[in-house]
Amino acid sequence: MATKEKKHISKKEVEHVAWLAHVELIEEEKALFTDQFNRILDYFKTIDEAETEGVPPTYHVLDLVNVFRKDEPEESLSKEESLKNAPQKQEGFFKSPRIV
Amino acid sequence: MSRLHELTATQAAAKIKNGELAAEEYVMSVLERMSRLEEKTHCFVTPTPEEALEKARAIDEKVRRGEGYGRLAGLAVAVKDNMCTKGVRTTCSSRMLVDFVPPYDATVIRRLRGEDAVIIGKTNMDEFAMGTTTETSYFGPTRNPWNPGKVPGGSSGGSAAAVIAEETTLALGSDTGGSVRCPASYCSTVGLKPTYGLVSRYGLISYANSLEQIGPLTKSVRDCALLLSVIGGHDGMDSTSADLPAKDYAPSLKGDVKGLRAGIPREFLGEGVEDKVKKTVWRAIHEMESLGMICEEISLPSMTYALAAYYIIAMSEASSNLARYDGLRYGYRNERDEGDWSTVYAKDRKIGFGAEARRRVILGTYALSAGYYDQYYLRALKVRTIIRRDLERALKESDVLVGPTMPLLPFDFGEKIGDPLTLYMCDILTVSANLTGFPAISMPSGFADELPVGLQILGRPFDEETILRAAHAFEQNTDHHKRRPDL
Repeated sequence: MATKEKKHISKKEVEHVAWLAHVELIEEEKALFTDQFNRILDYFKTIDEAETEGVPPTYHVLDLVNVFRKDEPEESLSKEESLKNAPQKQEGFFKSPRIV
Repeated sequence: MSRLHELTATQAAAKIKNGELAAEEYVMSVLERMSRLEEKTHCFVTPTPEEALEKARAIDEKVRRGEGYGRLAGLAVAVKDNMCTKGVRTTCSSRMLVDFVPPYDATVIRRLRGEDAVIIGKTNMDEFAMGTTTETSYFGPTRNPWNPGKVPGGSSGGSAAAVIAEETTLALGSDTGGSVRCPASYCSTVGLKPTYGLVSRYGLISYANSLEQIGPLTKSVRDCALLLSVIGGHDGMDSTSADLPAKDYAPSLKGDVKGLRAGIPREFLGEGVEDKVKKTVWRAIHEMESLGMICEEISLPSMTYALAAYYIIAMSEASSNLARYDGLRYGYRNERDEGDWSTVYAKDRKIGFGAEARRRVILGTYALSAGYYDQYYLRALKVRTIIRRDLERALKESDVLVGPTMPLLPFDFGEKIGDPLTLYMCDILTVSANLTGFPAISMPSGFADELPVGLQILGRPFDEETILRAAHAFEQNTDHHKRRPDL
C-alpha cells in the first residue's frame, strides 16, 4: 500500500508498543499490522471533530461509587482447585518463569 | 403434535410442567437435532449431552415426586463459551483457554441451574468476543443456518445459530458492541442486550468490562422475557451490578402499543446502510404505525463519533483485561519457552492469542500509553458523555428508538475478515447502546434475498419492559419470527 499520507505509527513504534503489551509479533505480521493500525488510527481521528471542551469523561455509565460488603470469611477455592488449571506447578505452588 | 424441537421455551415449559411431556424426551429430541446438524452449522465448541440427559431425568423425577421445579424446568440452554461453567471447559474460542476448566459457575449459570434449566453445551464465538462473524474462533466459524456460505454474525454466533437451527431451546450470549444483537439479526432470532448492570457479569470472561452485558437469544419475545426474568437482578458478586431486585418481565408483554412514541434516527437509515435493509426496516416501521405507534424521524448528531469512540474504549479495556493471560494460573504456556518472565509471557501470548486479539491488545496499549492517552482514550470518554446526552435527549421525546440492527445483510465468509476497519464498520448501529449502557433488542423483521433483517429497538435505562412490549406487539402481528431455515 502506498504510504504517502502522514503516518500515525511506524513499524518500529508498533514493535515497541507490542513489547509494552507483552505480545511478541510474528515477523510477517509486522508490516501488515502497521498498515492496519494506521488506517484504524486514521479513522479514530473522527472524534477530533467533536466539541469536547468542558465535557466530563464517562468512565462508567452507572452512578456507582464504592460498593462495600461485610468483611466476613467465606468458603473459598481449595489449593487443589486453585492449582488445577495451572500449566506448570511444583510442590503446591504456581511455577513461574525466571523473574530476574 | 409438532416436532418437539420446534416448540418455543414457553410452550415446552408448559407441557413439561403439566406432565404432558417428559423433560428427558424433550431434551433428547433437541440433542438429536444437535447431533444431526452440528456438522453443517458448528454452533457448539463443547456439547454436554450426557450431563444434559442426566439433568433432564432428575427433573422428571422431581415432577414425579411432586416436588417444586423451576421456571426453566427441562428447557435446553446453550451458553456462549465465555461464561464460566464449573467442570465444563470454557475456552472463549481461544487457544489461550483450550484447557481451562472453571472451578466455579458464573452467576447467570447458577441462576439457570436454580430454575432447573438443562445446559446442553457451550457455543462457538469470536475469540474473546472480538468480532462480528465468528471467523476469529480458534475452532473455526459457525455457519449461518439460512445460508452456509454466509456469516452468522458475532461474536455470539454459535448461540444465535443454535436457536434458529433449533439445536437448543434458549441461549445466552454477551454483547460488548452488538455481539448479541448482530447474530440475532443475521440468524433471525430475538436477542436482547440488557441495561448495563441489570445482569451480573460475575464469571463472564471480560473483554471490555464497562461495555458488556450478558443477554438472552431466543425464538420469541416471550421466551426472551422469561430468560431475562431468570438472569436479571442484583448480585453481590459483581460490584457493577445495579441494586435492583429480580423482576418478572412476562406481565410487560401485555397491553397495546397505541400512542407509544418511536423515534427513527435518520442516522440509522442513512449512508452506509444497504438499500434492501432500509426497505425491509421501513416496512416494519409502517407495520408498527399500523399498530398505533407514533413513528417520527429524529436526529442523533453524535452518531458520527460513536464507532470510533467505542473501538478506542473497547480496545483500551481489552488491553488491560487480557493482561491476566500470563500463563501462570491458567492459559497457554509453552513448556519449551526459555528466558526470563517477560520473554516467556510475550511468546506465549503470541501463540495463545489470535490475530484480532493481538491487534486489540496492542492498539489498546497504544491508546492508553503516555502521550496518547488524552488524544484517544480520554477524548473517547468525553465523546461517550456527548453520545449519552444525545440519547437521553432523544428518549425524552420518544419512548423507544427504532432502526436496523445491522447496516448490511449477512455477507460471505472471507469477505471482510482481511480488513479489520471494514469489519468494525458493521457495528456502527449497535455500539451506542453499549457506550451509554442503554438496553436494546434485535428481532426478526423480514427477509431480503432470503436472508434475515433484524429490527433494533433501543430504550431508556432499566426500561426493558417498554422494549419488550413494543417488540412483542410487532411480533404478534407479523410472521417473520415463525420462519425457519431449511436444514
